[in-house]
Amino acid sequence: MDGAPVGRRVFLGLLGVGAAGIVLGSNVQRWLEREVGPYLAKDGTGLSGLLPIGRFRIYSVTGSMPHRGHDEYRLRVSGLVDQPLTLSYHDIRAMTPTGLTRDFQCVTGWRVFAVKWKGVRLGDVLDRAGVQAGAKALRFRSFDGTYTESLTLKQARRDDVLVAYELEGEELSDAHGGPVRLYIAPMYGYKSIKWLDRIEVTDEVVPGYWEDRGYDVDAWIGRSNNRDDNAP
Amino acid sequence: MTTTHRDDAVIPRFDRVERAAHWTTAALFGVLMLTGAVLYAGPFSAMFGRRELFRQVHVYAGILLPVPVLLGVAGRWGARLRRDVGRINRWTRDDARWFRRRNRVPPGRVDVGKFNAGQKLNATFFAAAVIVMLATGLMLRWPNPFSNDLRTGATFVHDWFAFGIWIAVLGHIYFAIRDPVALGGMTRGSVTPYWARTERPAWYREVTQERQDLEEPAPR
Repeated sequence: MDGAPVGRRVFLGLLGVGAAGIVLGSNVQRWLEREVGPYLAKDGTGLSGLLPIGRFRIYSVTGSMPHRGHDEYRLRVSGLVDQPLTLSYHDIRAMTPTGLTRDFQCVTGWRVFAVKWKGVRLGDVLDRAGVQAGAKALRFRSFDGTYTESLTLKQARRDDVLVAYELEGEELSDAHGGPVRLYIAPMYGYKSIKWLDRIEVTDEVVPGYWEDRGYDVDAWIGRSNNRDDNAP
Repeated sequence: MTTTHRDDAVIPRFDRVERAAHWTTAALFGVLMLTGAVLYAGPFSAMFGRRELFRQVHVYAGILLPVPVLLGVAGRWGARLRRDVGRINRWTRDDARWFRRRNRVPPGRVDVGKFNAGQKLNATFFAAAVIVMLATGLMLRWPNPFSNDLRTGATFVHDWFAFGIWIAVLGHIYFAIRDPVALGGMTRGSVTPYWARTERPAWYREVTQERQDLEEPAPR
């Protein structure tokens, strides 16, 4: 046949671009976040919010965006505790706050750098209820009615595990899991259950929503992305 | 459609196998682009939710994506499709000319074959994009074997290729609508001789030559 096999070269070239992107993409992404991110933050149109730079992806497993106002919100703590608790949003706000600035890392690879969180330590909430001897784990439920998560007691008492109510200095929006969610800094994002409704203290770990669908129960973020907060 | 040519017979352009492969691939692309938008874009994610459902549909449609074309080229039935793949692969000086001069030279100065250079580039991009999206998509769906940096890289590639695909698909549809006869080649399977002669002269000569050869078999 006439002509040069340019089609094949373009085809292989594009595959090469894809492969290089997989290997080098995290560096390029980091560069984009640093160099381009600040400009996008100033864009008033909101269109740049569609670009894959410095953005959260909004994951919800149910059909509608859950909503609960600050005044109606209640967090219930039950199970193997001395005293079952019902905390209002304002009760949680009245507790000693803790701030954390960490990368938010999704198991599928997207990452938002240096996210500012504020909330109270999960350990402090547990102490208020009084965890009984024999308790080993926690089971979390979302008021979306479907999502669940789990932690061992030891994991839950880490300083970087928050019952969070602020993101980047603002009250948590519905999309980000407000008014109150978990933020588990050393683990992949799916552990940080949104729209936190109940905490049940149990004697064993019950795998959560995505864990029933194949994800790790202990979702420590790998060492490969230069974080050292990963190990138990 | 009027034709100045006395031969009113239409010229077959894409056979059933090619059209079936094209339209099932197109349907899968449609499903993937829409479910992808729901999975990716915050406002749509918020509007539709049901992440598990959209994710399943997206993953299965993605795994099926290469199947129609692979089936199309695989068997005895795929002769025409295989030949067209060969045509898309080969670039002549006329293809370079098509890119450089198409707005400045009268049509006919560029001796276009069955596909013009834009169509070749488009088809080649889609072929590569399917493989790149499938590979990175599998990494996102089953991330366990991969380090976080590779996952971030796969997300990065999947995102930006998706933007490329949206642009290519919208462009592809735009050009198809602008040229109804060419579109007819993919819907009905045939084009008018007038279109073939003016828009794809080299192909027209090839087709008419083949017809003559059929009508006048070489003497034994």
